[in-house]
Amino acid sequence: MSTILSLPDQRTATLPKKNYLNNEHGILSWLLTGDHKRIAILYLISITFFFFIGGAFAGLIRLELLTPQPDLVASDTYNKFFTMHGIIMIFLFLVPSVPATLGNFLIPIMLGARDLAFPKINLLSWYLYIIGGTLTLTALVLGGVDTGWTFTTPLSTHYLNTHVVTAATAIFIAGFSSIFTGLNFIVTIHRMRAPGMSWFRMPLFVWANYAASLLMVLGTPVLAIAIVLVALERTIGIGIFDPTKGGDPLLFQHLFWFYSHPAVYIMILPGMGVISEVISTFSRKRIFGYTAVAFSSVAIAVFGFFVWAHHMFIMGVSNYSALVFSLLTMLVAVPSAIKTFNWSATLYKGSLTFETPMLYAFGFIGLFTIGGLTGVFLGSLGMDIHLTETYFIVAHFHFVMVGGMLMAFLAGIHFWWPKMTGRMYPESLSKLAAVVTFIGFILTFMPQFILGYLGMPRRYHAYPPEFQVLNVLSTAGATVLGVGYMLPMLYLAWSLKYGAIAGDNPWQATGLEWQITSPPPTENFHEIPIVDYEAYDYERLEKMKKHEVTTVG
Amino acid sequence: MGISPVLWQFLIKWLHASALFPAEASTIAPYADALYFFLLLMTLVGTVIVAILLVTFSIRYRAEKNPVATQIEGSTLLEATWTIIPLAIFLVVFVWGALLYFRIYNPPANAMNIYIVGKQWMWKAEHPGGQHEINALHVPMGRPVQLTMISQDVFHSFSIPDFRVKREVIPGRYTTVWFNATTPGTYHIFCTQYCGTLHSGMIGEVTVMTPADYEKWTQDSTSGMSLAQNGERIFASMGCNACHNGTAAARGPNLAGVYGSKLQLTDGSQILVDDAYLREAILSPSQHVTAGFAPIMPTYQGQISEEGLIDLVEYLKNLNSNYRVQQTLNTSQSNATAPDTAPGVKP
Repeated sequence: MSTILSLPDQRTATLPKKNYLNNEHGILSWLLTGDHKRIAILYLISITFFFFIGGAFAGLIRLELLTPQPDLVASDTYNKFFTMHGIIMIFLFLVPSVPATLGNFLIPIMLGARDLAFPKINLLSWYLYIIGGTLTLTALVLGGVDTGWTFTTPLSTHYLNTHVVTAATAIFIAGFSSIFTGLNFIVTIHRMRAPGMSWFRMPLFVWANYAASLLMVLGTPVLAIAIVLVALERTIGIGIFDPTKGGDPLLFQHLFWFYSHPAVYIMILPGMGVISEVISTFSRKRIFGYTAVAFSSVAIAVFGFFVWAHHMFIMGVSNYSALVFSLLTMLVAVPSAIKTFNWSATLYKGSLTFETPMLYAFGFIGLFTIGGLTGVFLGSLGMDIHLTETYFIVAHFHFVMVGGMLMAFLAGIHFWWPKMTGRMYPESLSKLAAVVTFIGFILTFMPQFILGYLGMPRRYHAYPPEFQVLNVLSTAGATVLGVGYMLPMLYLAWSLKYGAIAGDNPWQATGLEWQITSPPPTENFHEIPIVDYEAYDYERLEKMKKHEVTTVG
Repeated sequence: MGISPVLWQFLIKWLHASALFPAEASTIAPYADALYFFLLLMTLVGTVIVAILLVTFSIRYRAEKNPVATQIEGSTLLEATWTIIPLAIFLVVFVWGALLYFRIYNPPANAMNIYIVGKQWMWKAEHPGGQHEINALHVPMGRPVQLTMISQDVFHSFSIPDFRVKREVIPGRYTTVWFNATTPGTYHIFCTQYCGTLHSGMIGEVTVMTPADYEKWTQDSTSGMSLAQNGERIFASMGCNACHNGTAAARGPNLAGVYGSKLQLTDGSQILVDDAYLREAILSPSQHVTAGFAPIMPTYQGQISEEGLIDLVEYLKNLNSNYRVQQTLNTSQSNATAPDTAPGVKP
């Protein structure tokens, strides 16, 4: 297998003397930093922590579902498991995953800027995240919360005796962290591009994060409103959602999904950005139809705001609104299809190599295709009636969120690991992890589609015995998947000390981030670059390399 | 080295008892399955196309074979193709799905009605003939059955997967779903909307019976009092008949034959009197004052259970004359005016 990986001579190679990691020392230099790269690392550590907590709950859920009887834990405990799994994975892992780590680290560098527009707000957003995370853990330690991550009223406001307000406060605060990150990205992308870095020279990763930021800034406040109203209804009993006080329980569904549907695009769009970068680099080609891919991100963001009621087709919304929302849902599927075909077409006449990030990207495309197309089942009105609230929907969104987003996140982490740390991860072990993850994933979630069509409801602690075989398969898959996620955690930690020195541009990639040292210096660029070329210009890179060789030789 | 025969037997039995595809037990199921298979085909074709593209390009254009990439900007024609074709397929799915949706949610006019009340964590079925069931539902085969459902606490969702029907059961609002069962047997009822601790215990069985068996069942299991009769009792005991008695001087509007009529309200709007309206008018009368009447009716919020409301609705649905209302009223008034023979002792 050939590879584009080109590492410096390991006998003479060293990490750059001065970089963002060793520029200052001491814990305070991290906790009070304004450097977007250090904040990205803070985020990376914290979201990894929460990912494994959320993952542990997933493991416990699958373990309980190994048998039809409710025999491992009590029903209340089970309900707390899936609630914590949902809250942690969505609000504390998926939403911040790519934007707050890779986005934070890379967007200023990709634009040729020295930092984000508001470094202090960036740090503040991490602190808000940590407060939100701590409150979530507090709710967990005090006895948990069992509303489900959707906080459905009037269950959450009147019928549960758990730490709903604590969890709601946690999400409220974490939401502001996400708003601030989005705000920071939008201002940075508008105002801080280097000379010559026009909108259509930006890497597609930036476009995708820009679209996601719009969603964060416009959508998250609505979630905050919904959450505050739930808390008020629960504590002082205002009658917003309570039908006996003239409230409307469906109003909560509208408010909640007005954020929470765009939220799935907040989660997936940055992942799509990662995939564009990785596919381009490992095929040595400009992304096929750059403009279409860039605009499809924006199209997803815009349409994404007008499909929320497809979560409510069976709740007695009017026939007309059901029709309109179903139609819009079909339309939002189109830009995703465009992206998938454009990525595939990028491979055509490329010069492909299959390093770990590329394997994860292939995994993403395959699983996202299935995840996206099964979304069309649910967008189709009559089919949704049978499939909604079953394991079909669980399988669908895990295909998109885990199969899609998590694969993209891991692709990105492997791809930029040498840039962030200056060292390479072990290649063959990481390829193994990518394959294990893929197999484990398919085994975990494929059976759930079948279970869903059989009618097994989601959030069930016990189930009829004829569903057991498929559940056993799913649990077996989850075990494999668990191994697949532990591996990167271990070898990436190992590589921090023992990994090969990566050099500035191990992948021979074109982005601005690869033209500076690895790890980058605190100020990113000693001189702000002037951009007079398009994104993904591999021919220019080739020429520069030849020129270098001739002048040196 | 062989597998233990006991284990083998167990495995065979286990696999045999497992399910892969739900039964088609209603007239709707084949329609839903047809769309499902179309969607599966779409997914399969889509995934295979993407997989073929990835694999073929990976083999043909791997760096060993194709060391230098050819830069291609894009192709408007190709991109238009893979925008328009998926769009066209999705639009077909939209129309097909919408047709199925209306088929599932628009009941035929001759459907028999059964009321369902959901509460944490059980399903109560109320048949108009006075059969009451918990976590069970008996229905005749080959006859359209409409369920009018309401929750008395949180959101629930009533699902019969083998019929491919489901609908959210919401507090404070009637929702309906209908089906026409085709095969006798028992099928799962699930609550599919998370509703608290024993969500997964909120299950039941729907029993589909042949018309003859169903006839027998209705006679054997009636409580002896129909929902409408119960409703009449409540109507009298809550004192509704004091005002709604149909006389010329009555303080409340005449309710005989009101169901299904168009009513003029004091705020000028016109409204069709259906189950939902009757329920609302009992619970918050001040917002539903019939034109020509004073807003004097007190609220009955919290005083009548959802089952009681269903009984009242069922009673009013079948109320064609005020004869019995006035009879009841006269009896109670003459009781009140007559001197008590034994003071302090209530009859």
